[in-house]
Amino acid sequence: MGNISILFKREFSSFFASPVAYVFIGIFLILSAVFSFFIGGLYERGQADLVPFFNFHPWLYLFLVPAIAMRSWAEERKSGTIELLMTLPISAWQAMLAKHLAAWVVLGLSLVLTFPLWLTVNYLGDPDNGIIFAAYIGSWLMSGAFLSIGLCMSALTKNQVVAFILSVVVCFLFVVSGSNIVLDAFKSWAPSVLMDTVASFSFLTHFEAMAKGVIALDDLGYFLLVTVCWLFAGLVLIEQKKAD
Amino acid sequence: MISVKNLCKSFEGYTAVDNLCFDIKPGEVVGFLGPNGAGKSTTMKMITGFLPPSSGDIQVCDLSFESASLKIKQKIGYLPEGAPAYGDMTPLQFLTFIARIRGFKGAEKDARIDQVVQQVELQEVMDKPIENLSKGFKRRVGLAQALIHDPEILILDEPTDGLDPNQKHQVRELIKNLAKDKIVIISTHILEEVTAVCNRVMIIAKGKLLFDDTPNALHKLSKYYGAVTLHFSYRADASELAELEGVDSMEEDLKTGRVTLFPKPGEHILHLVTAHAQRCKLPVDSLFVEQGRLDEVFRKITQEVTE
Repeated sequence: MGNISILFKREFSSFFASPVAYVFIGIFLILSAVFSFFIGGLYERGQADLVPFFNFHPWLYLFLVPAIAMRSWAEERKSGTIELLMTLPISAWQAMLAKHLAAWVVLGLSLVLTFPLWLTVNYLGDPDNGIIFAAYIGSWLMSGAFLSIGLCMSALTKNQVVAFILSVVVCFLFVVSGSNIVLDAFKSWAPSVLMDTVASFSFLTHFEAMAKGVIALDDLGYFLLVTVCWLFAGLVLIEQKKAD
Repeated sequence: MISVKNLCKSFEGYTAVDNLCFDIKPGEVVGFLGPNGAGKSTTMKMITGFLPPSSGDIQVCDLSFESASLKIKQKIGYLPEGAPAYGDMTPLQFLTFIARIRGFKGAEKDARIDQVVQQVELQEVMDKPIENLSKGFKRRVGLAQALIHDPEILILDEPTDGLDPNQKHQVRELIKNLAKDKIVIISTHILEEVTAVCNRVMIIAKGKLLFDDTPNALHKLSKYYGAVTLHFSYRADASELAELEGVDSMEEDLKTGRVTLFPKPGEHILHLVTAHAQRCKLPVDSLFVEQGRLDEVFRKITQEVTE
């Protein structure tokens, strides 16, 4: 535990030592406002809730989370600091977990900083704050799953751009697998079991309920499981590739 | 105590380290010599536990990496090749991070940092980001990081690469002054570094251990070891020198006018040469005994395998 917190502190402060965290948070806030007001029609709907805001989160994370995850391992390998890190008396999983937590906290911070939206709907109407809180938790969990994919892809390559593109592609697959575009393509020929399986892999399907404030155990379990699996895959990759 | 048995490492069909066996005892300062790509760094990476061996066995202080990897890592201080460090941190932040990971807290942590900072003289750059430091300072940050926990085993991959002569001297003094019961392994291309700091030399080429003895023994392998070189202030006939008892052969460099006399194995010829020069009133203006030329020995040893 001690090691993780020391590593976490290093990772977290390195986000703020460079402009990465500031740019990320800035862009996240601007884009989430743009999406919810101009595309989601937060005012026009005439309802005091944050559904339009949360609905765009999967699409926002699709590009922003890989951007924050891409340097985590790729840079360690490129600059050779991985040799330093891996010969310190720590385990690789501690390093992986610390990297994930540090970036996850930055994502959480970005979510917290969207509080003016929450204030706005509370000023304009009388929303169910329990639902909003649950949706925030759901969104944060989902971002953790995106992040673990990004970390795994970053472990795969020394090149940050390649890591970014690969994780956007993988994240995209996970997002769209539940959308109608994909499901329609399956509908005509595939048995419903297969369709359900594909749909159940989707971030969208699992986030939908959460965005409405319902935190079901299976959605929660799904995101945690996805996170753990990708982090584990990343760990295997980094052990194999660290010397390349 | 480091014990390496039948150590091999291959990467996709090419063998980087080929059946190395050696033991290193406390108090030994070992110089790893070898051409580029000889397997020095790979061997070091395996001893530090960064790379797993393809086959063979490494024991550090009677512990093996399979069962006690963290314990071994606590005992080792390692400066990787190129002295990598987190560029966005300042040396103070970086050393604090390393000290905390190594388990130091509070006043002890501060004392450790103060001590290494003085040892490698980092005071003036403590608050500048590492990425903005000069090569010499970066290397010293790397050294400080390796020394901070006063490790039993110190492994330095090219510690003086990129340093100016003063800094090189300083680093060598630092290594010499480390406690006498430590194991130090340094890799280098610089041959005189080995005689300056090491008491044991290993030459590796193509992953094989070709030489393992004291620096003095390495000198003795040179055909120049014990040879006497003289220079005359004007041209003189030196042919009689070659006839002296104990002299095996003579070499004359026409460009510099230097004459080198090689002794028969085990003979000392300095006194014979000086006596002869005095007797024949040879115009000698300089005369010295060769210590053996390491670059020649190095080439001889390493080229045998490459050819």
